[in-house]
Amino acid sequence: MSRNRARPLSPHLTIWRWGPHMLVSILHRATGTAMAIGGGVILIWWLVALASGPDSYARFIDLMTHNPPIGPDGMPMGPARLNWLPALVLVGLSWSFFQHMLSGLRHFVMDIGAGYELKTNKSAAIATILGSLILTVLFWAVILARG
Amino acid sequence: MGSGTGIGRVRGLGSAKSGVHHWWLQRVTAVGNLLLVLWFLVSLLRLPNLGYKLVFAWLHSPLASVPMLLLVVSTFWHFRLGLQVFIEDYVHEEGSKVAALIALNFYVIAGAALAIFSILRIAFAPLGVAG
Ligand code: HEM
Repeated sequence: MSRNRARPLSPHLTIWRWGPHMLVSILHRATGTAMAIGGGVILIWWLVALASGPDSYARFIDLMTHNPPIGPDGMPMGPARLNWLPALVLVGLSWSFFQHMLSGLRHFVMDIGAGYELKTNKSAAIATILGSLILTVLFWAVILARG
Repeated sequence: MGSGTGIGRVRGLGSAKSGVHHWWLQRVTAVGNLLLVLWFLVSLLRLPNLGYKLVFAWLHSPLASVPMLLLVVSTFWHFRLGLQVFIEDYVHEEGSKVAALIALNFYVIAGAALAIFSILRIAFAPLGVAG
């Protein structure tokens, strides 16, 4: 069965005018995909490490949060420091979740046929972007405050 | 098909083969994700730290392991449906599309099996193991 060229395709990226609603629509797909791959792999990894015992769990935590260089004696040298790449991934995943959650809730509103007026639609889109940034900052503020 | 009603002639066609059911399950699992992932994030924030002993003892409790099992099922199901649409939208060549869909299903089933087995192992382990 090959692709039927006569079948209409819905208009794609090139045809829409840029705006908050367009951005949020793309972000919903991008954040969902990022969580499915990145979040999925990290969640599986975390659970398998926890089920495999203290050593494998410690390796996982070390990889995610700290990166002390290992000396010739096999001991970490100096104080632990932030492993910025995994930290960036985790911050990105938490933002992805909050953005996807808020635009997903917006989906529900639009599913019942509400919120299509141009102004409302645009403000709701902007609200999801602001909301996800605020929730991400709050989430990490609580974590950092906990130490 | 042929001479059936309008709905009878289109049923089973289209890219997803069963569109409304797909759409509905995406919504049901979305609500599941909303509740379960928020519960999970709050639970992590409420643990004093993420050290082995604390996290193991937490997940050992049925009140954590059962929602965690549901979370794995809900999120993996949800993104299996979502990524299927993603693939159908962007991969048009039939061979690559089938290959991508098979890869997606392998990832979802193998990943969920690993996660579920790990949770069960922790849930059924004697708590002394964590010490
Ligand atoms: C608060 C929780 C969540 C809500 C309310 C939610 C809501 C939704 C909705 C309504 C859709 C369908 C969009 C459409 O029909 O076009 C969707 C798609 C999707 N979701 Fe979620 N979701 C949530 C959590 C998650 C999580 C945790 C993941 C990943 C692990 C995820 C991954 C996806 C993916 C990959 C798609 C498909 C995107 C696309 O094809 O455009 N979602 N979500």
